[in-house]
Amino acid sequence: MTAAATEPAPPALPAPAAPPPALRRAAARRRRTPYLLLIAGVAWLLVFFVAPMIYQASTSVQTGDLEDGFKVTWHFATYWDALTAYWPHFVRSLVYSGIATALCLLIGYPLAYTIAFRAGRWRNVVLVLVIAPFFTSFLIRTLAWETILADQGPVVSFLNDIHLLDATSWLGVTQGHRVLATPLAVVCGLTYNFLPFMILPLYTSLERVDGRLHEAAGDLYATPFTTFRKVTFPLSMPGVVAGTLLTFIPAAGDYINAELLGSTNQQMIGNVIESQFLRVLDYPTAAALSFILMAAILLIVSLYIRRAGTEELV
Amino acid sequence: MELHETLSPPQYAAMVRSMTGGRAALGRRSLLRAAGFGALAAAGSTVLAGCGIPAAGRQGATASTDHSAQEKVVDFSNWTEYIDVSDDGKHRPTLDAFTKRTGIKVKYTEDINDNVEFFGKIKPQLAAGQDTGRDLMVLTDWLAGRMIRLGWVQQLDSANLPHAYANLEQRFRSPDWDPGRAYSYPWQGIATCIAYNKKATGGRKVTSISQLLEDRSLKGRVAMLSEMRDTIGMTLLDMGELPEKVTDDTFDAAVARIQKAVDAQQIRKFTGNEYTDGLSKGDIAACVAWAGDLVQLRIDDPDIEYVFPDSGFLSSTDNLMIPDKARHKTNAERLIDYYYEPPVAAQLSAYINYVCPVAGVRPYLAKIDPSLARNPLILPDAAMDAKTHTFRSLSDAEDSRYEEKFSKLIGA
Repeated sequence: MTAAATEPAPPALPAPAAPPPALRRAAARRRRTPYLLLIAGVAWLLVFFVAPMIYQASTSVQTGDLEDGFKVTWHFATYWDALTAYWPHFVRSLVYSGIATALCLLIGYPLAYTIAFRAGRWRNVVLVLVIAPFFTSFLIRTLAWETILADQGPVVSFLNDIHLLDATSWLGVTQGHRVLATPLAVVCGLTYNFLPFMILPLYTSLERVDGRLHEAAGDLYATPFTTFRKVTFPLSMPGVVAGTLLTFIPAAGDYINAELLGSTNQQMIGNVIESQFLRVLDYPTAAALSFILMAAILLIVSLYIRRAGTEELV
Repeated sequence: MELHETLSPPQYAAMVRSMTGGRAALGRRSLLRAAGFGALAAAGSTVLAGCGIPAAGRQGATASTDHSAQEKVVDFSNWTEYIDVSDDGKHRPTLDAFTKRTGIKVKYTEDINDNVEFFGKIKPQLAAGQDTGRDLMVLTDWLAGRMIRLGWVQQLDSANLPHAYANLEQRFRSPDWDPGRAYSYPWQGIATCIAYNKKATGGRKVTSISQLLEDRSLKGRVAMLSEMRDTIGMTLLDMGELPEKVTDDTFDAAVARIQKAVDAQQIRKFTGNEYTDGLSKGDIAACVAWAGDLVQLRIDDPDIEYVFPDSGFLSSTDNLMIPDKARHKTNAERLIDYYYEPPVAAQLSAYINYVCPVAGVRPYLAKIDPSLARNPLILPDAAMDAKTHTFRSLSDAEDSRYEEKFSKLIGA
């Protein structure tokens, strides 16, 4: 639309003499090129994003059952019913993924910082170590946590010996002397699974920070902490913003961690959507829940970006 | 007087510029945008309204062309670890023998892990009246019943099934969802039981659902199945109700009873097949389980025990079915019939240890291993038969309602 509006209007009045045809053709070609380059991307979006979205939007306002088919009846009450029935799952999803994102940032930042500034010739090795878990599937990695956190396993025995689990039980994030099937296990699983998505963008933006800026800050009598606060951290903001988004958005919709590491009281909204789609076969409710989740995430992300500043993203 | 006559040419040019490229252009652009949104909304609502999901074709067994004669293959989808495998793990002896005898190649795929998931996978093609690429699949009773109601499976031709017709065990002959077995034949029977790990319970026996739900020494280490009929059915039996006659009231009562155990944090998890892992590790001390799994588990871990509660237990079958539009229907029927020859059935059951649906296998089982012929898990005796119950088949509306309540119970 913007393009149409900026195109010069037909010259009603003495206009500059028309440029020679060859030049005009070249100009037209130049104008067209970006759009031609966009075709693949746009087609991809249309097929894999827009079309399913329209289909789901339609499903969410249908009523019916499998045997008689579903028809669009503009039944918007589904949204309200879904929200009132499953709001605790929404809250839980956002809280879990929020905590996991914060933990990822806390763990990932020092690591990315070390890789960028201190790793020296080990840099590539450490980077590969960060990516290494991706060589096995998401599912296998999460199942491995079931073994690591087994009730009789060494990790849980150790945590019991130092009475850490008593403290976490008192806080309500674990139950009794176990970690599996508790909120702690789910949050740990989310943190672990999405950590590389935090580290990599943090690393790329930290790596671009000019080391001479640190020297300059030192020359100006800044303490290392002040240097970090006033120079390094602000310059790494694009990485922080990108990392948080890449972690939070998929974590909020994840259901594998809650399914494998959680119990009945840790099921997230993804689990509800899965069960509505596959088990209950209530497609409209499932579609409505998906849309509510999408709206909630969009809202949170846009508030976040507004606070953090959009220019940080580029 | 025309406007442009009162303005000098440069003034007019400036105005045109401002209208098209300047701030005034916003007016036109926003107008365009508003019109665009209006058109989009109108078009959108028509598109949305056009997206309904059509009713399932219930005429059933739509005539699809059978390519069995030209293409000597059959595509067989089954559950994981549900067929005999040779010691080196490279061959499936019964299937190989079938190919050798008939020349029909079997493309065997273990792509069923879960009924609901598998239904989600094949539904789009079946609903659109397309070939799923499978000629034979194995579905548990309730899903098999739903497929028949939806008209998505083909009626079997009894002329191709002489052995199956003659040898099907009496107790499997006429389930309420497929009277007379017009659409399905059992692959294996399943018995639902209670399992426990002696080491994890400290030597204590677990023999009833009441104990699972209320014995505080098991707190946080009890699992139940995420398969609604097994978990609710076993609980109903424990309460003295019959799953054959389940009503809204008894269903709700069973759910409420389990909910109490969930709230008391007695129950750790509702699981599918993966309970076997937790049970052998001891994270799960006791659970509702499938007997066939247990036989295989006990080979590795003698601490694991299983019990059929005195109140009775649930039995079900996994059924061979031919989906709509399958390309090789006759070949699939020949494969079904082959597994109803007693020597073949004995070879299969001896390996996987599930309830054998074929009559007359006892002598062949005894020939493989005499203890198998006496195993009530493979050939249920009269005492087992007396305790067997099945879950009533539910209408689609009931099914949806019950599954929704059960989903809430298991957390989602």
